[in-house]
Amino acid sequence: MSGIPHDHYEPTTGIEKWLHSRLPIVGLIYDTIMIPTPKNLNWMWIWGIVLTFCLALQIITGIVLVMHYTPDTTLAFASVEHIMRDVNGGHMLRYLHANGASLFFVAVYLHIFRGLFYGSYKSPREITWIIGMLIYLCMMGTAFMGYVLPWGQMSFWGATVITGLFGAIPFIGEALQTWLLGGPAVDNATLTRFFSLHYLLPFVIAALVAVHIWAFHSTGNNNPSGVDVRRGSKAEAEKDTLPFWPYFVIKDLFALALVLLIFFAIVGFMPNYLGHPDNYIEANPLATPAHIVPEWYFLPFYAILRAFDAEVWLVQLVSWLSFGIIDAKFFGVIAMFGAIVAMALVPWLDTSSVRSGRYRPMFKIFFWLLCVDFMVLMWVGAMPAEGIYPYIALVASAYWFAYFLVILPLLGLIEKPLPQVATIEEDFIDHYGKAKDSAKADAVASPAE
Amino acid sequence: MLKTLKSAATALVLSTGAALAAGGAGHVHDVDFSFEGPFGTYDQNQLQRGLQVYTEICSACHGMKFLPYRALGYEGGPEFPEDQVIAYAAQHEVFDPELDDYREAKPTDHFGVSNDPNAPDLTLMAKARSGFHGPLGTGISQLFNGIGGPEYIVSILTGYTGKEMEQAGTVFYENTAFPGGWIAMAPPLYGDDVEFADGHSADLHHVAEDVAAFLMWSAEPKMMARKQAGFTAVIILTVLTVMLYLTNKRLWAPVKRAAKEQAKGGTPAE
Repeated sequence: MSGIPHDHYEPTTGIEKWLHSRLPIVGLIYDTIMIPTPKNLNWMWIWGIVLTFCLALQIITGIVLVMHYTPDTTLAFASVEHIMRDVNGGHMLRYLHANGASLFFVAVYLHIFRGLFYGSYKSPREITWIIGMLIYLCMMGTAFMGYVLPWGQMSFWGATVITGLFGAIPFIGEALQTWLLGGPAVDNATLTRFFSLHYLLPFVIAALVAVHIWAFHSTGNNNPSGVDVRRGSKAEAEKDTLPFWPYFVIKDLFALALVLLIFFAIVGFMPNYLGHPDNYIEANPLATPAHIVPEWYFLPFYAILRAFDAEVWLVQLVSWLSFGIIDAKFFGVIAMFGAIVAMALVPWLDTSSVRSGRYRPMFKIFFWLLCVDFMVLMWVGAMPAEGIYPYIALVASAYWFAYFLVILPLLGLIEKPLPQVATIEEDFIDHYGKAKDSAKADAVASPAE
Repeated sequence: MLKTLKSAATALVLSTGAALAAGGAGHVHDVDFSFEGPFGTYDQNQLQRGLQVYTEICSACHGMKFLPYRALGYEGGPEFPEDQVIAYAAQHEVFDPELDDYREAKPTDHFGVSNDPNAPDLTLMAKARSGFHGPLGTGISQLFNGIGGPEYIVSILTGYTGKEMEQAGTVFYENTAFPGGWIAMAPPLYGDDVEFADGHSADLHHVAEDVAAFLMWSAEPKMMARKQAGFTAVIILTVLTVMLYLTNKRLWAPVKRAAKEQAKGGTPAE
């Protein structure tokens, strides 16, 4: 499938030929599994398999949970408790599903930041990146609607706050919000439609994942050096690559087992660690929780949403220029979605022709700052919007936008990249040859001292 | 610069802890419960005593509508024998819509709803409160100390100072653990409120701990099954991880060896 020359499936027996001429499905599977993969992939290339596993885990546990869950405001909370108490293994299913969402987002953030560092979004992988961003958006929608289903206090008030964002859109906002909720406020109609969509979206994600894989199988994987696989001949390509099976399947499975080890320890021993205790209180439209906090994976963008309040001069200026149409609330909504759009457009915002951040000394600093910035946003998103926190949120939000809209476009013009390796093979040999040599050199050097 | 960083770090630490400690005001002290930690289990006798406290005191106002009577006989809980569960249920009445009248409760019925509309349901109270979130607000300590819900309950029950105030016709009682400091619930325990059949001490602290343990069980009745499943999963995955590590090492060994030799030889074989 990829443009890298490699062996293809050849039907040999009669039945294989019979099937192949009618439906070349074995050939498709063979080419997918045996795709030539750059030898030098490091441990940050394992998150794809973890993500695929998460999707399967969520769909399977979800389908079973649905068999016992009742999407009705008077029964939903009790039906979740029924799952926790009466359904065989139900407590495990629910905790796997709830914590599975967290694992899904841990993996997707590491996957995204890996792509950002090694320039996996750059030509010719822009479509892979865009599809990935669509998957991420669908994940956020699915996770948000799933969190509403247990009908706890945070479910209800989270849904109220987030759907309220759509109400901030000028002119059509209120009508749009009513249409989304199926009524004037979060109620049974909201719960049932969220339930329906929460079931639907994972299958949309599954389809997008297939396209995502198709896209990067067409271009070939990126790799830590960012250098392309040589494609002149099969022999040349084989120096740079190894078939996905068995080399990367086993490697990825080992990493997956290690990740799952930690995951199951959390599910078994501290399953409520990442959840909010208030969600064990049944939803009550008359009692607002002291502190409405979204799940941890939404916090960075929630922080950006809240950062732009009416006291920021930029917000005041925009509001004045737009005759008040873009008020602080709407500005926050634009900023939040804008933060994701800016990230989605990074293939066209990054002007550097060097793919891997490894060879970009200035980029590296700004990239790690972005990682810190992301963590700061996540932390400040959980804090109340008072005191010094709004200022921290504002600075951190500003850096997020600056990174994508100013720093990346400029860096490509002013930065002088380091010399890159010529081939992936060279990078691989460098890594295993030199690392061992220098270790040996050290070992020899120290006794002499 | 360093000073700014320092104060930022301090702010981070202080604020995280405070913000997550259930509103920030109440003081919750740690209690060593038998069910904490990866291997902690419920103390059957304590759960039975806790049920007695709940029945004789709490249930006057509070309900536990998500808990069926039958659960009292389940493994990993108070584990009352079947006849006792039936007898306990029979002490209570439930409304049967089919009879259009009240009848004796059966083990399949649930504990009642709250008698006082202002008294919250207690089934999940121990999970609906997180008493502390240390260290540094990360909450990692809950792996060993639990989420702090039962501690919150103990702290509330033992946190009354004796001061009262009246506001808009409602009497509020000062409580050191309650966020805001004033709670509408009158002190429910004074010490020696119940007499335990096993002769266990019934002073204020013991009674509070027993009922908190019972409420932890009512909130998380499958905790012991869950920890066992978690432990089994960790063991199996450890073995699997080691085996996959060795498989991977062996699989890649020739590839890495070839790379090393090429590095030594200088020019890669054309």
